[in-house]
Amino acid sequence: MLNLLWILLAGYGAGILLPLCLPRRPEAQSLTAGVPAIVATSAGVVLGLLGLTSSEPVTGSLASTIPLLTLAIRLDSVAAFFLFTISVVGLAASIYAIGYLRHLAGRASIATLGALFNAYLLAMTFVVLADNGVFFLLAWELMSLLSYFLVVTEHEKMEVRYAGLFYLIMTHIGTAFIVMAFLIFFQSTGSFSFETFRQPGQPLTEGMRNLVFLLVLIGFGTKAGIVPLHVWLPYAHPVAPSHVSAVMSGVMIKTAIYGLIRVYFDFFDGQFPWWWGFTVLFLGTISALLGVMYALMEHDLKRLLAFHSVENIGIILLGIGAGMIFQSYGLKELAALGLLAGIYHTINHALFKALLFLGAGSLLYATHTRNMEEYGGLLRRMPWTGFFFLIGAVSISALPPTNGFVSEWLVFQSLFLSFQIPTVFLKLMLPIAAAILALTGVLALACFAKAFGIAFLAQPRSAHARHAQEVPVPMRIAMGFLAAFCVALGIAPMVVVPLVDRVVAPLAGLSIERKVLALDGWALAPVNVEFSSLSTPMLALLLAALAMLGLGLAVALGGRLKARHYKTWGCGINLTPQMEYTATGFVQPIKRVFSTIYQPTVKLETEFLDESRYFAKRRRFEFHIEPIFEKYLYDPLVAFFATLAGRLKVIQAGSLHLYLTYIFITLIALLLLAV
Amino acid sequence: MLHSLILMVAQTTVLLAISPFLVGVIRKVKARLQLRRGASVLQPYADLAKLFQKQPVISTATSWIFTATPYIVFTSLLTAGLLVPTFTSQTPMNFAGNIIALVYLLALGTFFLILAGLDAGSAFGGMGSSREAIVASLTEPAMILSIFAIALTNGSTNVSTIVHKTALLEGIVTDPSPHLMALAALFIVALAETGRVPVDNPATHLELTMIHEAMVLEYSGRYLALLEWSAGLKLAVFLSLIANVFAPWGIATTMTPAAMAIGLLVYVAKTAALAVLIGVIECMFAKLRLFRVTDLLGVAFILALLGLLFFYILRS
Repeated sequence: MLNLLWILLAGYGAGILLPLCLPRRPEAQSLTAGVPAIVATSAGVVLGLLGLTSSEPVTGSLASTIPLLTLAIRLDSVAAFFLFTISVVGLAASIYAIGYLRHLAGRASIATLGALFNAYLLAMTFVVLADNGVFFLLAWELMSLLSYFLVVTEHEKMEVRYAGLFYLIMTHIGTAFIVMAFLIFFQSTGSFSFETFRQPGQPLTEGMRNLVFLLVLIGFGTKAGIVPLHVWLPYAHPVAPSHVSAVMSGVMIKTAIYGLIRVYFDFFDGQFPWWWGFTVLFLGTISALLGVMYALMEHDLKRLLAFHSVENIGIILLGIGAGMIFQSYGLKELAALGLLAGIYHTINHALFKALLFLGAGSLLYATHTRNMEEYGGLLRRMPWTGFFFLIGAVSISALPPTNGFVSEWLVFQSLFLSFQIPTVFLKLMLPIAAAILALTGVLALACFAKAFGIAFLAQPRSAHARHAQEVPVPMRIAMGFLAAFCVALGIAPMVVVPLVDRVVAPLAGLSIERKVLALDGWALAPVNVEFSSLSTPMLALLLAALAMLGLGLAVALGGRLKARHYKTWGCGINLTPQMEYTATGFVQPIKRVFSTIYQPTVKLETEFLDESRYFAKRRRFEFHIEPIFEKYLYDPLVAFFATLAGRLKVIQAGSLHLYLTYIFITLIALLLLAV
Repeated sequence: MLHSLILMVAQTTVLLAISPFLVGVIRKVKARLQLRRGASVLQPYADLAKLFQKQPVISTATSWIFTATPYIVFTSLLTAGLLVPTFTSQTPMNFAGNIIALVYLLALGTFFLILAGLDAGSAFGGMGSSREAIVASLTEPAMILSIFAIALTNGSTNVSTIVHKTALLEGIVTDPSPHLMALAALFIVALAETGRVPVDNPATHLELTMIHEAMVLEYSGRYLALLEWSAGLKLAVFLSLIANVFAPWGIATTMTPAAMAIGLLVYVAKTAALAVLIGVIECMFAKLRLFRVTDLLGVAFILALLGLLFFYILRS
């Protein structure tokens, strides 16, 4: 295993150095960055799988000259699972980049981009491997900074710089909270080693534990994009190059889930009051619902996908939150089930979200626009991209028999099994969360029906879409690879559940593989066979067999009449793309029904002909959604800090003498304190 | 194994055979209540046979989604139908999925229908798709909560297990109020999901009021036949669900031929009775405006939630 780790490090190292040291043509640079990344991520995939199946965690450490910092790594099953996820998505993104970078040639340095991307993947790998608080924070900060540099690739655009700055500020606020949490641990243990965090000499007091819970929730929640800390996602994810967006949205936000699991279930060993779990569940529900709602109103494909990340983080937290609630009531099996559901959804979301972002990147590559209203008819022009995007859309809408369905089903089961909790309040709250999850599921379906339908079906809505062509082979391979994973993880839960169970078992304290799998693994029957069961392989088989029946019936009852092709009936006039339903029109009923949430402002100005008011000369239509969180939460905060800074300007006069006086006074004060 | 296979084939056949009949019954009841003689209840079979033999016309604007959709919808509904007991309480495919799987299988069909509505590029199709999206989003939470309220009584979310357990109890429910509320909620959901008045009108010819019919407006020939049959199947699935979950009397709980025969007869009678009820409702109520439908579905959701609340209160 150590050899694999060296291959991984050497691969990323080569991927960072080679493109920078061998300056050649852009094509060669994208290969010198891409091939080492492919080698490194492949090593990561194997290493992750080995780590998942091995019984003992692998550890290693290197002392450093910096105090408190030990370069300690620990590959236990939790780290291995996230390493596997990062590497699979990283692998697809690296293959994709080989074709995609061509599109950026001339606008950005391919060599820098390739090197940064390798460094970014490496930093993320260390985030999950780190076994020391300072090392973890270093890797975390490196990951955040490198992703910032990748986000601002096209920094000539104002929009990109704004998004980058916003992201940079938000991620540092989050990091500050994590640092505080780690310092509390350090205060009581005197060490930054994760091992001492697990078994502190003197345990944290009740109040400190609660404080750490909140600090960690806010800190990692900012990176994960939990509502209301999600505001940076829809800015930063869309403007990054698409393979970077895929990694950011697919796996970087999952490192926050890793952090939450690590602290709550590993450091705190699953000992917490019920309201911790309820808080997580509540935030998960809100994130899931608001994420999908804002996604529906979005017509920039990449922003839409970014909002869906908020939704899916919410679904993951629903599973984990339910698990935490069960854990605090001592319902061990159910706690394991909730965790299993959340972690299963983590990898599923990584796969289909990366697939969809790569698909969005392909559309951007082919049409040079992210605006959905300018797509249309692309399925006929880009059949492969369209097919893979459809698989991604079906998976994220949780339709059987894909992977999204299996994990959402498991989340549903863990919420339903809440009737075993002794308090009536939670007994009612969890099914309501399930109902909201159902609403979220259908709204996601509507959203992706919109995204796929408007982008790929009907007639092209712009010249960009009319002239679109299928993307290069490496990009198609990357999407096909992820699409195959999405289907495989859906119809083969008997392979996935035992692996995820190895992550859950040490955290929840018991293995529930046997309790979840029934009928030799052909069906899932969580905890109680009678309560519920699901067999996606059987459903897939039934769907295939009955589709044959449908085809057979059509032939038997009607023969093989050849269909006639003719243009769509347009009530006597020729249909043009302007008459097609737009994305805005499609979601209008949803906007109206949920107007309490959206607070939309619609402005319609009509200019009439001078001769008659029956003929309009020009119409202007505007519509906005109220950005509630930005307006009522962030703007006042920013205003507060701006005023504060204005007041503090008095002591920041810019005079060197004054500053020297400050330093002198501080020194005296400190000396007095020391005495 | 062979036994299960035969049961599956029998169930598929029953579902396929009964769905046009149920549509026919509703039409007949409506006609009689409107003082018309109406077509025979067997007319939908003739319609299907005729449509299968017509040459389909496909729009040149469409992609493969358009031709694949009728098969996907038909398949997903039949698969969903295999998860719901019809004439026997022990469906062989019970293990393949519970109520959540059923709901999501229906959603699979809805997803592709919405896509197909957008594919031809006509505004009517888009309009239908857009409306279907909002109606579907409002029905599913109510449906899941209402089934959950019943599932709690029986300790199972698998429809067949619920029905089998209730049937063995001879239909005696200790506290009927959660069940009645869930029944009311599920009935409203069924009306909305199968595109019936007051949510949608399957007999309308006015594009501006259509939902389901607008989505399938561009279809013809065998594709339309499959979609019409699927609409009938959806009706059959929902009526079987309501009839057997809330009134499992007479359903075959054993595997003897006599029990099966009685089960089949009772099943046809029960679903036909529900179809008559739907026919009466269609005559008594006007179609609601699209934005009033939300109120109706909101009522369904609240009813299901109350059912759940009542269950916990009565228990404790």
